[in-house]
Amino acid sequence: MSINLTLLTVMGALYACGIYLILERSLTRVLLGLMLLANATNLLILATGGYAGLAPLYNKDTAAQEYSDPLPQALILTSIVISFAVTAFMLGIIYRTWVLARQDEIQDDVEDLRVAETPRFDAEDDAPIPAETSEFPLTMLGSDGGAVSDHPPTAERPEASGGFVTVGAKEIPAADAAAEEQPGSQNVTPGPEGGVK
Amino acid sequence: MITVLAVHFAVAAVAPFLFRAWGRNAFYALAAVPAASFAWLLFQHGAVYSDAGAVSQVFPWIPGLDLEFAFRLDPLAWVMSLLILGVGALVLVYCARYFSPEDRDLGGFAAQFLAFAGVMFGLVIADDLLLMFIFWELTTILSYLLIGFARTRLAARRSALQALMVTTAGGLAMLVGLIMLGQSAGTYRISAVLAQAPTLVSGPSGATVAAAVVLILTGAISKSALVPFHFWLPGAMAAPTPVSAYLHAAAMVKAGIYLVARLAPGFSDTTYWQIIVLGLGLATMLVGGYRALRQTDIKLILAYGTVSQLGFLTMVAGLGTPDAALAGLAMLLAHGLFKATLFLVVGIIDQQAGTRDVRQLSGVFRSSRALGIVAGIGAASMAGVPLLAGFVAKESVLEAFVHHASDGEAWSMVVLVGIVIGSILTFAYSARFMWGAFAVKPGIERTTFKAVKPSFLAAPALLSLLSIVYGLWPAPVDAWVQPYAALFASTASDAGTPAEQAGHLALWHGFTASLGLTALTFALGLAMYFGRTLVARAQSRVPSWIDGDRIYQLTIGALDDTAVWITGRTQRGSLYFYLAVILTVAFVLPLTAMLMAGKPLPANLYFIDPYSPLQPVVGAGVVIGALAAVKANKRFLAVLMVSVTGYGIALMFALQGAPDLALTQVLVETIILVAFVLAMRSLPAELRDRTGGKYRVVRVIIGAAFGITMVFAAIHAMGARVAAPVSLEFPRLAYEGGGGLNIVNVTLVDIRAWDTFGEISVLALAATGVASLIFVRGRGDRSRVPDTIAEGSVGRQVAVEPGSRDAAALAISRKFAASARDAWIVAGRTLAPERRSIIFEVVTRLIFHSLIIFSLYLLLAGHNLPGGGFAGGLTAGLALAIRYLAGGRFELREATPVGAGTLLGIGLATAAASGVVPLLLGGQVLQTAIIELWLPVFGDIKFVTSTIFDIGVYIVVIGLVLDVLRSLGSEIDEHFEEQRTAPAEDLPTDHDPAAARVQEPVGVPAGAAATDQG
Repeated sequence: MSINLTLLTVMGALYACGIYLILERSLTRVLLGLMLLANATNLLILATGGYAGLAPLYNKDTAAQEYSDPLPQALILTSIVISFAVTAFMLGIIYRTWVLARQDEIQDDVEDLRVAETPRFDAEDDAPIPAETSEFPLTMLGSDGGAVSDHPPTAERPEASGGFVTVGAKEIPAADAAAEEQPGSQNVTPGPEGGVK
Repeated sequence: MITVLAVHFAVAAVAPFLFRAWGRNAFYALAAVPAASFAWLLFQHGAVYSDAGAVSQVFPWIPGLDLEFAFRLDPLAWVMSLLILGVGALVLVYCARYFSPEDRDLGGFAAQFLAFAGVMFGLVIADDLLLMFIFWELTTILSYLLIGFARTRLAARRSALQALMVTTAGGLAMLVGLIMLGQSAGTYRISAVLAQAPTLVSGPSGATVAAAVVLILTGAISKSALVPFHFWLPGAMAAPTPVSAYLHAAAMVKAGIYLVARLAPGFSDTTYWQIIVLGLGLATMLVGGYRALRQTDIKLILAYGTVSQLGFLTMVAGLGTPDAALAGLAMLLAHGLFKATLFLVVGIIDQQAGTRDVRQLSGVFRSSRALGIVAGIGAASMAGVPLLAGFVAKESVLEAFVHHASDGEAWSMVVLVGIVIGSILTFAYSARFMWGAFAVKPGIERTTFKAVKPSFLAAPALLSLLSIVYGLWPAPVDAWVQPYAALFASTASDAGTPAEQAGHLALWHGFTASLGLTALTFALGLAMYFGRTLVARAQSRVPSWIDGDRIYQLTIGALDDTAVWITGRTQRGSLYFYLAVILTVAFVLPLTAMLMAGKPLPANLYFIDPYSPLQPVVGAGVVIGALAAVKANKRFLAVLMVSVTGYGIALMFALQGAPDLALTQVLVETIILVAFVLAMRSLPAELRDRTGGKYRVVRVIIGAAFGITMVFAAIHAMGARVAAPVSLEFPRLAYEGGGGLNIVNVTLVDIRAWDTFGEISVLALAATGVASLIFVRGRGDRSRVPDTIAEGSVGRQVAVEPGSRDAAALAISRKFAASARDAWIVAGRTLAPERRSIIFEVVTRLIFHSLIIFSLYLLLAGHNLPGGGFAGGLTAGLALAIRYLAGGRFELREATPVGAGTLLGIGLATAAASGVVPLLLGGQVLQTAIIELWLPVFGDIKFVTSTIFDIGVYIVVIGLVLDVLRSLGSEIDEHFEEQRTAPAEDLPTDHDPAAARVQEPVGVPAGAAATDQG
């Protein structure tokens, strides 16, 4: 098996540059890094074909070894077009990030960080259960399950109190705020810029 | 048998509909299923108790795993099934009055209940270890759902989860044990495993078998709530009472006992078996009985009583002598009858009185004597009072253990004494139950108790009646159980017949030692009952023992904490951190492996390919481009540099002899460049490196190391290649099979067409992704028709300072544009004058159609010459991009009357059709046919059907490019215009000034050209 070091060296350089770029916070650089990685990988696949050869257009007088290997070429062709689709998708993400947050940076995930601060106490696991000496009324009762709720009556849900919730700088009715938390809520009309219109 | 199972599951599946139609009375319909099965079971009696000893059915399931639906109804399974189906039917009847008509979700509940009955039946008749395990786990899951029926209650949710965790943990241990046992025995058929049990135990794999049996017993004791897993059963009392009656008294918890009884004939002689079964059984019996006396909730008295009885049953069923086996099954039946009776009575009391607390119940017996009598029979049977089932069974149990202790071993005596103490406790808590539920208590207001309807009381009454019948006439039960007991019979010549060894169930055995022990039990039990205040006082002084429930909670808590700790350390939320870790591993491991292996480099390495000497030159250009892209601090410069590498690689492809790749790469690079410019026009021009210097060093190291690793990995991998490339066959395959000269294209559309089909699906997905990221709502396939747009309104510059250079340039361009002009392109007039470029419009007019024709040529010629669906589609996309750039978004709209989504759909459908149609014609998926025909003008034509597939690819690619243009081009244009026409204070002001500066001059790309021109 012949090994073309020129192709592999270029490949190595592209991998190095690509990795350097994807380890960056700027989304644009990450995308460029991904494109370099894709190019590097295409070169790797190309190198597996061995020596350069004739274009793989069939001629019955040509021996199979004389063509440039067609199989890596088919794979690379697929890869080129897929990379285009991925690039376009990433561009969409970059644009949307910019529109929503006015930044082109990968932020640390606050939710992930919050996991480390999960409190030991989990109501579902650790809250004391009041001793029950009857299962009636059964809790699947039709009209209102309120009487048998686990929540103590003092801690009323905000939507029941009809108050207002402060969101950012605005005060909005608590009922709306609760509704907005529901996915697919009718109250939420996202503008083309994202967020609430 | 499989029919019985299937009917259970089928009726369970339609149960919710029955409930919608009939309300709670649908329970009666459901009860008919186990009832009919019960009748069927009675008819099987003859076959089961014939000489064959069992009824077997086997259906293949997964032959590769030797997994079969193997069922075997032998006497043990038959007796268990009596209990499961009979009690199941009665409890379902009871449910019809237990729940009120207004209760919701009854359909689902009843479906689970009925399915549970079916699964339990399947569990006892399964003759395959793995099949049995599947039923076993199904009971666990259904039990979880049934316990958690009242899902708005925290108690129900938590105890359901607890029961699930404990029994699943045991089930997992059991699975390991079952596999070990099955592998050692070489078969998973239970009857076959048991047949060779003696050789297994003493054979070479004896240690494996021992471990396997211990693991299986772990599953059994977790299911049957033996110490140390006993805590989940009282917790599970949060379930509705019918569930408790069926699952936690009659059926599910008996699964563990069943397993012990099933394996006992094979393994009860071993020491570890005896220690586990007798030791844990005895401990459970005593702990359960002791704690039952402390409860104030009558349901919990029964629950702890059940725990105690389960320990008792485990001991009897596992002892492994003929008389114990007889007594074990007898006790199992008796227990099922009386415990189900008592639970159902508790349910009635709870529903009528609204409480189960012994400190609140008073005088219930006076309100409902019938209920009291039914409960009394049950409790008396539990205590072992003569004439009832419990007495008959317990006598034979005591008989067995007396017999067992007669060999004089100290351990056997301890067991016997323990059992007697346990029986005394049983008597005491039975009496306490009756007192607590029914007695008139001084100082407590008499409980208001509604009259009990006969239909409600029917099920427990029938069960208590059966307890009496069984007690007075034990002969049938004796006959049912004898064949199982005979399995344990000694074959020694002086041992006598199996029936003699096992003894018989009878009311009167004469004055035997066991009768004496029973009398002692009654005396001490009565004493404990009458001295209950003393007992309670003594118990309150004893500190609470180690609480299994508490240990469980601590374990789960510790597990949670560990999980949070590990997650907190590893899940840092930083993509950089994750990537750095992953990439470091990705180069350290292979590099180490390559260094350790110490293989020499392959021989045939070369820098200059004799067939393509220019490669190093181009390669240098590519590397320079990549390095420049890394260094670039302007956004578009970086993009351009990446493009340089891309075009360079296209050149490399060409030099290597890959014209298709070169063509496609050039087209893709061009379109990507356009897409970049369109998407990034609103982002600041500068590209600052925000990662600190320390990290930069790390990044350089990781990048370089990764690159080097890849080079060496590639060298070694390619050097290791020994076989001839599979692609040597491709030229011939392509020409003969695919009917094309372009081998790469035939590979894509024929030889590896599945791959390509997957790829175009991904393209459609990505296109949809882009559209949804930009459009947010909908795909935006319907936009406004250009006719409705006022002339010169699109992209008008509004925010230009009067008197500035920009304003002057604008004025000039408007003046020129105002002159009458023929429309070169359709929607050019919609564009603001300063955006238009006459040259661009003319050029577009000239080349658009040529490009489209060229793309069609590439598509159709691609089978024989470089080109194909991808290249053709990209060329067509490029033509559309030019139209858009010259004429704005309405021009693009005019150019594509069909939406991008429709294009993607048509393309995928075309490709799919070319795959499916051969299948309909009797060929294989995506098979190609070559059609040669003669047409008047064209002459001889060779049409290959894979061209249709390629047309599908072509259309999908056009759809993708169109989606990119519409999203990143048109839609972002519109966002700009909305912003520009909006009042100034609404413009976002919190971003850095660079962004604001960029936004103004850069608009629709054509506009930039137009301004320059003016």
